[in-house]
Amino acid sequence: MTAPLHDTSAETPAPVSVADVPAKAIEGRSPGRIAWMRLRRDKVALTGGVVVILLILVAIFAPLIVKLLGHDPNEFHEDLIDPDLGTPLGSLGGISSDYLLGVEPTNGRDVFSRIVYGARISLIVAFLAAFVSVVLGSFLGALAGFIGGWVDGVISRLMDLLLAFPQLLFTIALVSVVPNSVWGFEGSGVRMGVLILVIGFFGWPYIGRIVRGQTISLREREYVEAARSLGAGRGYILVKELMPNLVAPILVYTTLIIPTNILTEAALSFLGAGVKPPTSSWGKMLSDAVPIYQDDPMYMVVPGMTIFITVLAFNLFGDGLRDALDPKGS
Amino acid sequence: MLVYLIRRLFNVAATLLVVSVVTFGIFFAVPKLTGSDPALMYAGRETNETALAGIRVKMGFDKPISEQYLLFVKGIFAGRDYDGGTGVTHCAAPCFGYSFKTEAPVWQTMMDRIPVTLSLALGAAVIWVLAGVATGVVSALKRRTAIDRTVMVGALAGVSLPIFFTGMVAPAIFVYSLGWLDVSNYKPLTEDPLAWLNSLILPWVTLAFLFAATYARITRATMLEVLGEDYIRTARAKGLKEGVVIRKHALRSTLTPIVTMFGLDLGGLLGGAVLTETTFNFQGLGTAAVAAISQGDLPVIMGVTLLAALFVVLANLIVDLLYAVIDPRVRLT
Repeated sequence: MTAPLHDTSAETPAPVSVADVPAKAIEGRSPGRIAWMRLRRDKVALTGGVVVILLILVAIFAPLIVKLLGHDPNEFHEDLIDPDLGTPLGSLGGISSDYLLGVEPTNGRDVFSRIVYGARISLIVAFLAAFVSVVLGSFLGALAGFIGGWVDGVISRLMDLLLAFPQLLFTIALVSVVPNSVWGFEGSGVRMGVLILVIGFFGWPYIGRIVRGQTISLREREYVEAARSLGAGRGYILVKELMPNLVAPILVYTTLIIPTNILTEAALSFLGAGVKPPTSSWGKMLSDAVPIYQDDPMYMVVPGMTIFITVLAFNLFGDGLRDALDPKGS
Repeated sequence: MLVYLIRRLFNVAATLLVVSVVTFGIFFAVPKLTGSDPALMYAGRETNETALAGIRVKMGFDKPISEQYLLFVKGIFAGRDYDGGTGVTHCAAPCFGYSFKTEAPVWQTMMDRIPVTLSLALGAAVIWVLAGVATGVVSALKRRTAIDRTVMVGALAGVSLPIFFTGMVAPAIFVYSLGWLDVSNYKPLTEDPLAWLNSLILPWVTLAFLFAATYARITRATMLEVLGEDYIRTARAKGLKEGVVIRKHALRSTLTPIVTMFGLDLGGLLGGAVLTETTFNFQGLGTAAVAAISQGDLPVIMGVTLLAALFVVLANLIVDLLYAVIDPRVRLT
């Protein structure tokens, strides 16, 4: 491992500890430090990163935030609803100092609280599904690229097959046949588990292809040959020589697969295959808005913009990270 | 070439075989394990045991799963006879069985809905390829100018917007506020071309925006990479006009990854633009599938899934054949 690449991840925006580097001395910069310096100059990417961190904090401290600024996400407030139209009383979907983002049509639940709790579902599913994809994709992709032969053939065919699968339909269908309680989990817990596994499983070929291609081009390099001539085994070469060079593409792809997963989770919730009510999710809110958005556009705009800002922030950060880690960049 | 084609067609068949086995397994084997009875789904709630037994025999639910699967495959290629003891129903090839809910032949249902999905996907595809590639190329050529930045900001917004959000915002503006278009009045092209166009423009643009954004980003990145290649310098050095260099040399290699993506994207959409159809309330393959899933209508689910997979693998095959046309270096072996 030549580069402390994890220092550039979203969770640690603070300056990298450089205590072991003597001040003012002319030093060779590791690739990780170069990347970090570039990233620090990229204001757009940093803004994306800050928004991402804020969102993660919102998801973690959801109960506290709702306690301070909102109302119980599942509590009905029918007194805030126009009994004839079913739309919230007041302008802009019932936005007030008490209900920061207005109230839901019909039931009058607090939109702010539901958005805040929805962040949990969205981020948990997106991150864990990305984790599944990255683990499967890196392992199988590296295996296919490194061993080649029939192993490569089988893994590559499998990736082609998964890319040909109608994922959205398949997932909705699978969710509909999965029973309500599995291994002690119930309701939304089961749904989340299914979503994570399915989104993660259909996502790995994208990473797998990249890692496979990288591995094929790396395995013929001189330093690998050098290691081999020194008597290094296959496992050693794969883990110690190749993996460190695969970290950068995997890291970039991870930050770019998370927003895709957020969109997929929202899409599945929109189609009714997401977490079960009353658990709130952004996609479900949008599908609830379909019949009523002509009368209450705010209830469509709030979750829609939330998804947009979240996904945009991840994309901005991912793009910046890719540019920063690009060895050809300046 | 011929050998290549045969091998690829063999791959297509293998992929469809696996997809069908997996789908069949999930929808027919899982209900068996969890104890729900397909005959009951077929018959509806108000029924009796004799009627159920009849349905089981007629539809073949009494047979082992593997045999049911073989019957299903046979039906697709050779047609199938349903014999419930009270008379034989012949279902001509390609037979995908009958819907549990409407009892209509699945093949017929799919054929009825394909024109909607086809109109939606193809129209959008034309827009997004033209718009995406054009803006991507312009952006690359005008690198680091205001045009480039505007296009890239727009494209980044495009890839971050969910279609089920823009699909509501667009009609809210153009249909309900301004009253320019009417999305609810879909008519087949052959019946009323104007109504067809009127109802499709908005879904096309909404869907195309999403894809055009991705295409613009990829086109720009690839184009910039290609423009740095040695052969572009050679082309310029030998005195070719800049326009010729861009069109004949740079654009050609830029198109390779675009064509790959296009195959996957279009193939995926033809199997049902699920989200777009749902948002705009179009009766296409996607909405048929979603409805079938929520009703447990297994034969329709099977049919649409297989058709969707067929579109994807065929689109990929066509794309690979197109490579040889775009890039003369590619030999199909």
